[in-house]
Amino acid sequence: MMRRIISILMENEPGALSRVVGLFSQRGYNIETLTVAPTEDETLSRLTMTTTGDDKKIEQITKHLNKLIEVVKLVDLTEGAHIEREIMLMKVKATGAQRAEVKRTVDIFRGQIVDVTSTVYTVQLTGTTDKLEAFINAIGETQVLEVVRSGVSGISRGEKVLSL
Amino acid sequence: MLSGAEMVVRALQDEGVEYIFGYPGGAVLHIYDALFQQDKVNHILVRHEQAATHAADGYARSTGKPGVVLVTSGPGATNAITGIATAFMDSIPMVVLSGQVRSDWIGDDAFQETDMVGLSRPIVKHSFMVRDPRQIPEMIKKAFYIASTGRPGPVLVDIPKDHTAPHNTFPYEYPKKVKMRSYAPVTRGHSGQIRKAVDELLKAKRPVIYSGGGVVQGDASEALTAVARKLNFPVTNTLMGLGAFPGTDKQFLGMLGMHGTYEANMSMHNADVILAAGARLDDRVTNDAKKFCPGAKIIHIDIDPASISKNVAAHIPIVGPVKQVLEEMLTMLEESGEPDHKSVDRWWQEIEGWRKVHGMRFETNEQGPMKPQQVVQALYKATNGEAYVSSDVGQHQMFAAQYYLYDRPRQWINSGGLGTMGFGLPAAMGVQFAHPEAVVACVTGEGSIQMNIQELSTCLQYGLPIKIININNQALGMVRQWQDMQYGGRHSQSYMESLPDFVKLAESYGHVGMKVEKFEDLDGAMEEAFALKDRLVFMDIYVDPTEHVYPMHIADGSMRDMWLSKTERT
Repeated sequence: MMRRIISILMENEPGALSRVVGLFSQRGYNIETLTVAPTEDETLSRLTMTTTGDDKKIEQITKHLNKLIEVVKLVDLTEGAHIEREIMLMKVKATGAQRAEVKRTVDIFRGQIVDVTSTVYTVQLTGTTDKLEAFINAIGETQVLEVVRSGVSGISRGEKVLSL
Repeated sequence: MLSGAEMVVRALQDEGVEYIFGYPGGAVLHIYDALFQQDKVNHILVRHEQAATHAADGYARSTGKPGVVLVTSGPGATNAITGIATAFMDSIPMVVLSGQVRSDWIGDDAFQETDMVGLSRPIVKHSFMVRDPRQIPEMIKKAFYIASTGRPGPVLVDIPKDHTAPHNTFPYEYPKKVKMRSYAPVTRGHSGQIRKAVDELLKAKRPVIYSGGGVVQGDASEALTAVARKLNFPVTNTLMGLGAFPGTDKQFLGMLGMHGTYEANMSMHNADVILAAGARLDDRVTNDAKKFCPGAKIIHIDIDPASISKNVAAHIPIVGPVKQVLEEMLTMLEESGEPDHKSVDRWWQEIEGWRKVHGMRFETNEQGPMKPQQVVQALYKATNGEAYVSSDVGQHQMFAAQYYLYDRPRQWINSGGLGTMGFGLPAAMGVQFAHPEAVVACVTGEGSIQMNIQELSTCLQYGLPIKIININNQALGMVRQWQDMQYGGRHSQSYMESLPDFVKLAESYGHVGMKVEKFEDLDGAMEEAFALKDRLVFMDIYVDPTEHVYPMHIADGSMRDMWLSKTERT
């Protein structure tokens, strides 16, 4: 079972997203993260999802995605060199001695504190899924009040592009 | 300048639609009014929307042209769901127009509102919702294009009522062509792969050609037959593929799979090369996919890449239209000279040995009740094997597949993938509309026929002379068979008390009813029924309720593991 990042270029039309998501539930595939937004060409959306499966399952997933009429192109980013990023916003308890400790940890992970109250820091952190998880571990679960993660976005390295 | 409703009807005219099967209701009244004011597109009024979809489906299966359906919103649309799913599972081209509540009411739980685009999403090839009346011509063009190209399937167009309003008119132009950047069905198979396949076929010592519904839908029967003859290879057809290769040909092994012939399943299991053409190696064919044909190299031709290596890995996958691929194969075979038919002589001897074991047999009993198989044999005789035969789902379907030998593609019309009881009669209506002069028989049972019996009324309205062969065993035969074999004979809910008098029922609908209880009356009754050329005849034929369909795969086994009768197994 391998984790895969599938990146899809699709028509920016109502209902297109529901077809992609529906395909996964109807065929018993798993979606771990999902992000979608329009691209520089407003008629196209870029959807990135992470899923797990063996080669056979991933082959079926990509074939079925390609069959969806609104899917224009797709790529399994994990097949080649790629960059992946996820953004996380997190509220952590920051009182007393912890205030400095949290700040230090945020600095180590090259995050930013984007909002402050007398008891709470709101932290913004960008990186791979592994890095975000390492940060959550480092900060200690008891400190965490709320976590919002964007899901993975990805792009291939080098000159290769996913476009029309 | 046309209204949305007029554009819908003009688009159908421009698409060359002869028949549209439907049922009116609030959300589609503007469209019905526009239909009323023209006479190019004939609307067929069914008695239930499920029947509209099956009739359009029967029309499509027997002609290759998309079937067209018009239903209203809410219950009209939901009633169409089973028929859309039936067409989807068997890759049948269909365009379904459904009414929707006015656009500003969508989402407000308006009267007869249902999210048809959402409901139908997993069972359509694609769907559209009209958001502006100006989109109508292009959407309908795209719907027909998508439904009938690539791997065919049903396409839904959901039309809110306000977008068909008569007072809003727009310029109309029907696009000659559509191009979609996100949809480009493959038009040719990869020549290198085809060459590899040909080399493999020429080396084969124990080959089998296994062809499915794709060969029928893809109009590839001629090419398939030519390849099979050129190589002198044995051919087996799936339930969906019957007729793709002549059923009476000596190279034909019969149907394969769960209720396939002994020789077809044995040949598959022992094959060294299998040419799977337009077939999807589904569970009704393979039995346990892990034990499927252990010694075989599999060449798999399919227009849908997702069908290849889904259940069984293919050694040589070829994505492309099966007709073009087979034609290219034939050209390569012709260029490579005369194949050595002797190389498969020993294989044929082995197959002839299996044929002698002959799984296709049944015991008759002079004193006892008639056998369902005898009914299908009598039907074959009475129609010279030339009728279009539609069927419902169950034991009678398997008997009709096993004992009627189909020599032409599109002659055998049945719901294979979804297995929809209630399909037979409305599908037969669609076939009869498409082929008014042809003999159309519907093989059914007393369970299935009651699922769309109301269509007898439609048949009267349009004078459809369908012959209904009701194989009446007073039980849900296939359910009962499984209960006999796997549930200790406990017949839970599989028989029906209080069956109607089908003869009187047929007569009350204005048709001819006949009851046949004795085998000696069967041939005479069939002749009499088929002599009534312009009447629908409902033949209620009583048969042995204890009969089972054999051969039958033994669950979780390989292709060669079969019950051959109630007491014999391989």
